[in-house]
Amino acid sequence: MLAVEGLVKRFGGFTAVNNVSFRVEQGEILGLIGPNGSGKSTIFNMLSGTLVPTAGSILFDGAEIAGVAPHRIINRGIGRTFQIPRPFHRLSIFENVALAGYYGQGRHSRAKADEAAERALRMVGLPTDRHASVDGLGAAGLKKLELAKALATGPKLLLADESLGGLDEHEMDQAADMLRKIRDELGITIIWVEHIMGVLMRVVDRVMVLDHGEKISEGLPSAVAGDPRVIEVYLGTDADSSQIAAAEARRKAGV
Amino acid sequence: MNSRYAAWGVGLAALIALPFVYREPYHLHILVLILIWSFAYTAWSIMGRFGLVSLGHGGFMGVGAYVTALLWNHLDVSPWIGIPISMVAAGVLALVVAYPCFRFRITGHYFVLVTLALSGIVLQVITATRDYTGGSLGYTPDRARSGSGLLALQFDDKTTWYLIALFVWVVGLLIWRWVDRSMSRYAMEAISEDEDAAAAAGVNVTAEKLKITLISALMTALAGALYCQYQMFISPDTVSGIAVSLQMVFAVIVGGLYVSLGPTVGAVITIMLAEVLRIGFGTKAVGWDNLVYGVLLVIFIIFLPKGILGSVLDRLKTQPKKT
Repeated sequence: MLAVEGLVKRFGGFTAVNNVSFRVEQGEILGLIGPNGSGKSTIFNMLSGTLVPTAGSILFDGAEIAGVAPHRIINRGIGRTFQIPRPFHRLSIFENVALAGYYGQGRHSRAKADEAAERALRMVGLPTDRHASVDGLGAAGLKKLELAKALATGPKLLLADESLGGLDEHEMDQAADMLRKIRDELGITIIWVEHIMGVLMRVVDRVMVLDHGEKISEGLPSAVAGDPRVIEVYLGTDADSSQIAAAEARRKAGV
Repeated sequence: MNSRYAAWGVGLAALIALPFVYREPYHLHILVLILIWSFAYTAWSIMGRFGLVSLGHGGFMGVGAYVTALLWNHLDVSPWIGIPISMVAAGVLALVVAYPCFRFRITGHYFVLVTLALSGIVLQVITATRDYTGGSLGYTPDRARSGSGLLALQFDDKTTWYLIALFVWVVGLLIWRWVDRSMSRYAMEAISEDEDAAAAAGVNVTAEKLKITLISALMTALAGALYCQYQMFISPDTVSGIAVSLQMVFAVIVGGLYVSLGPTVGAVITIMLAEVLRIGFGTKAVGWDNLVYGVLLVIFIIFLPKGILGSVLDRLKTQPKKT
């Protein structure tokens, strides 16, 4: 469904993303992890059209979308959420989502937009009341709204950007289940960017790990978690020996 | 909702009937001015309410007035054709200035500065081409030669002008309302808060902003042309330039930026103020209205940002809840 080849993004002399290639298959949930500044969000911004790649190609359903304007990409079926929720405060919750339902689906009709908004709000569990204000929402509610906006555009591929930051553990589990539900019920393919490895590993089919703009590992969650390069990136080289020793000890103890 | 439509209907009927029962020319003249300027202010507020603060609308108004008058005087083009041409000219000017601004994300104060320059440039062009436009001395469309004013859109009768102005004013309010109820309003509110997030919802940010700017510029040019046809005299000070642009901003903010009749209330206040100063102080008070505008503008932006009508309506809305 999505084929990324040799993607590069440079900001002046700094290379944020260096020659990254990957594929996403229809119906899977791909986890994209990596430390801060590893290039996850930059890749997202290129996939969604906010940034133009320096080099490389992004094929979505066989068509090149690298450098295409964001609103066109949305209309081709790639929805996105932002790391920090960006609701429109001057619009009600419903209007926020209806806007996405209208403009994200080729401006067909208002009825269709309202319908999409209602479906998306119900999916994420927000009130479908037309006038409820955005200002009443907490961190979890704003994340849900962000997701509803993306869903209302009728995506085939959903780019979910660190959707769990700022949530407690219970809310995190709920949100993770939500993404899985979106895939299972709506058949939407998902790329999920996240810092928090634990919850992500439970839900995704495949993981890709980035560090300093380069892909260092890719595969099944269990395989990636055991990859020494990933452990190095996440735990640091100095901690390495003691951490690995501790892990060995635990394994020997039969845990 | 129905009582609201009824109120509009009764109000409108009263306004249509007015010149047939009340014929005092001076008061009718003031009303015509109020209606034409209300239309111009409404045009400004259509984009201004979304944070697209333009100080270039004096330029659009000037183009509307001068292009119509010049076509009539030099090429014998009837205002019926000249006005649409002048509107197209203002529209093209708006697109030429606004497209690069929107494409390259010139927003906020920088957008205001670009539009300010537009006002200045139009004013300079009018004064520089004084051989054609009369420069700062002003310009008068030639009187209709055939005797029939209809073709030349020239009427001596105040009642006719009152009805024309009333019709255009109502059309302006309808356009305001249409925008207010359209998906474009959602899109523009979203854009005014966060352009990237709006784009991520699928909004073509540049196109939406251009659309609203174009509507606003076309309407403003029409206001300029009507003003010219009605007054039969235009000068850079009255229909163009920065002073006119500022007057629009002032009137709309005082009246109320977010309500349909706000610009109209603003027009009533500014025109009454100008007339009171003119009659009360005569030539000694030339330019005083601008001074008063300036001071009031600062006071309003700080203490009453929703304007007079907006604040009154807000109070009416919230009161029943309290009791």
